[in-house]
Amino acid sequence: MNGSKLLMAERTYQHFAAQMLVLSSVILGLVPLIWFAISRGGLSAFRLDAGVWDVLAFTLEQAFLSTVLSVVPGLFIARAMARQNFPGHTWLLRLFAVPTALPAIVVVLALTSIYGNKHLLGGWIELYGWGGILLAHVFFNLPLAVRLFYEASEQIAPENFRLSAQLSFTDKEVFWHVEWPVLRNIVPRVSALIFLLCAASFVIVLTLGGPTATTLEVAIYQSLRLDFDIGRALTLGFIQIVLCFVLVALSGRVMLQSVTHAGNQLFQRRFDGQGSVSRFIDLTMIVFGALVVLPPLFALVSSGFMQLQISPQVLSASGFSLGIGFVSACLDLILAWNTAQQTDWFSQGIALSALIVPPAVMATGWFILLQPFSDSLIMVIASIIALNALMALPFVVSILAPAFERRRKKHDRLCAQLALSGWQKLRNIDLPLMWRPLVQSFLLGFILSIGDLTAITLLGNQGVVTLPSLIQIQMGHYRGSDAAGTALLLAILSLVCAWAAQRFGDQYDPD
Amino acid sequence: MILIENALFKKKKFSLYIDLHIKSENFVAVLGASGAGKSTLLSIIAGFEDLERGKLCLDGAEMQNIPPAKRPVSMIFQDNNVFPHLNVWDNVALGISPSLKLNEAQKAQVDGALVRVGLSQYAARKPGNISGGERQRVALARVLVRKRKILLLDEPFAALDPGLRHDMLDLVSDLRREHALTVLMVTHQPGEALRAADEIIFVADGKVREPITSKTFFSMHDDGAIDSYLGKTR
Repeated sequence: MNGSKLLMAERTYQHFAAQMLVLSSVILGLVPLIWFAISRGGLSAFRLDAGVWDVLAFTLEQAFLSTVLSVVPGLFIARAMARQNFPGHTWLLRLFAVPTALPAIVVVLALTSIYGNKHLLGGWIELYGWGGILLAHVFFNLPLAVRLFYEASEQIAPENFRLSAQLSFTDKEVFWHVEWPVLRNIVPRVSALIFLLCAASFVIVLTLGGPTATTLEVAIYQSLRLDFDIGRALTLGFIQIVLCFVLVALSGRVMLQSVTHAGNQLFQRRFDGQGSVSRFIDLTMIVFGALVVLPPLFALVSSGFMQLQISPQVLSASGFSLGIGFVSACLDLILAWNTAQQTDWFSQGIALSALIVPPAVMATGWFILLQPFSDSLIMVIASIIALNALMALPFVVSILAPAFERRRKKHDRLCAQLALSGWQKLRNIDLPLMWRPLVQSFLLGFILSIGDLTAITLLGNQGVVTLPSLIQIQMGHYRGSDAAGTALLLAILSLVCAWAAQRFGDQYDPD
Repeated sequence: MILIENALFKKKKFSLYIDLHIKSENFVAVLGASGAGKSTLLSIIAGFEDLERGKLCLDGAEMQNIPPAKRPVSMIFQDNNVFPHLNVWDNVALGISPSLKLNEAQKAQVDGALVRVGLSQYAARKPGNISGGERQRVALARVLVRKRKILLLDEPFAALDPGLRHDMLDLVSDLRREHALTVLMVTHQPGEALRAADEIIFVADGKVREPITSKTFFSMHDDGAIDSYLGKTR
């Protein structure tokens, strides 16, 4: 019997409407730019000059280096974590989940307070330019790689390690016969994902990059908003779209795991890597991993702790952040609910559109369209909310889509037999079964929006100051200690939400 | 010979008391409810789990701190007994050399074992292209080339059809006689125990009971744990 037809969710008009809403937002962003380009000489507006190549080269080089520096040590740290059990193992795994939840600007501030200080490690690393960008990217992506590889090694059946122990495999043989067959599939995808995140990175490059260290995303923003060179921006944007499209296609389903995984906390006993040399190497790797993650977190807490204050500025910024975060997360839920149920390439493309079409391009299109309303605070806030929702959509869908798929496999035939559909099915089946992943997705959308500096930079004006933009303003005015306090507040907010989101994860779901 | 004296296993809230003697070349079935600790017993013997206290001797030798590879034991699991990226022949050859470097005599051993379990025509296939029963035969062929005296089976045929299950069980019985193996098999099927086993060990209430003959086991009356396991009404 062919059950595939039944297992496909029906495409209702709500789904269609939501997808069209996303699609038209993206197109609305592109139309004014293309129109401008055409009105200024058509294809000749596209320019592939040396400057463009330089930007592309830097984007690829820094993304490549960041990826190598994250993936290779990440692989060995994950292996060490999987082989060795020790007190604090679970806590260290949780620690590796922290960077993913932190807003980029908070991490930038923490890094400047360690490596920007001439008396500390300053001079060792040139923070503004290559060094800072790599450092920040590795801080975010090394722990991500560790978690993804560790999760992959958790999927290996315990029998494989027991069998290896019985057959007296050496560590090398365990690696080639047991670990590598699993990693072989995931290493290229994790690499593509991290490469994508680094190639499209905006806030880090904007704040830490110098005039020579500029990526496509930042260069698009600069040429549109500072130089008003639309031809150049379109050229860069086109390159960025092609690059991101390829990377999204390569990373595939790893996307889905990057934000949700928390580890099942059950250590699987291993019989390899128990020799003293292996133990020493593993311990070294683990300490190295902790040293990448801990110092910025420590700096964040120690410099911000005494500065935690609720000034009127902080209060109003919190209000903006929470409000924008809340509405944008709600919007995300509605959009994701309607795009996550289909698995065809069109729906997936819609869900991932903000990863493929650079937010800088989209936002500029909107910015031009909204020029007549530029005095309206409501319109500015609305556009910020919309861009936030679009940027978070890929990640929110990545939580909801597998949850939908799992439940559909379990319950859809029964629902079809009982003729449950529409509102009845939503109320009696979908909502009770889906509320955990729904809350989790909401929190994720919320975290991404309250920590966002991209949409604010691209669309905001002086009237809208959120927590991340307040941090940036305070940093810019050399009020480092105020910035540290604000950053700690934002970090705490984000981490509390991330912790809650993890508690709502599927592994706690009895269903 | 398997001898476990006054032994205690503990993991979190689970504990298992074991005091047990299994004679050489016996075929013993391990029965008990899910989660009673049947697989744990096998893991302890194979060296995948450690005892809190007590003594474990296999064929007369004390096993404390002896790693799994050095024990006179082969174990077959319900699943994942073969590596999917290696073909059938290589999977068996791993039992002789983990680096897959075999001399001519050893290659002949692998060929012979595959003939014995009826898989010689599948030697070049990957495990993904043979049936579940055939994959378990690969594991049995590997047991033959490893030449360990004790064979532990953890529900190895649970996923197979009844007819196939009986064939496999008979194959294990034959191999046991040919190679003088001591067999300890966890099963959920009392029928399997009755068909193949000389003795039965019952695991319940955190305790591994002494082996008794299958006849005695199935004719026992008024043992609450056994009755409720077998679904007998009193």
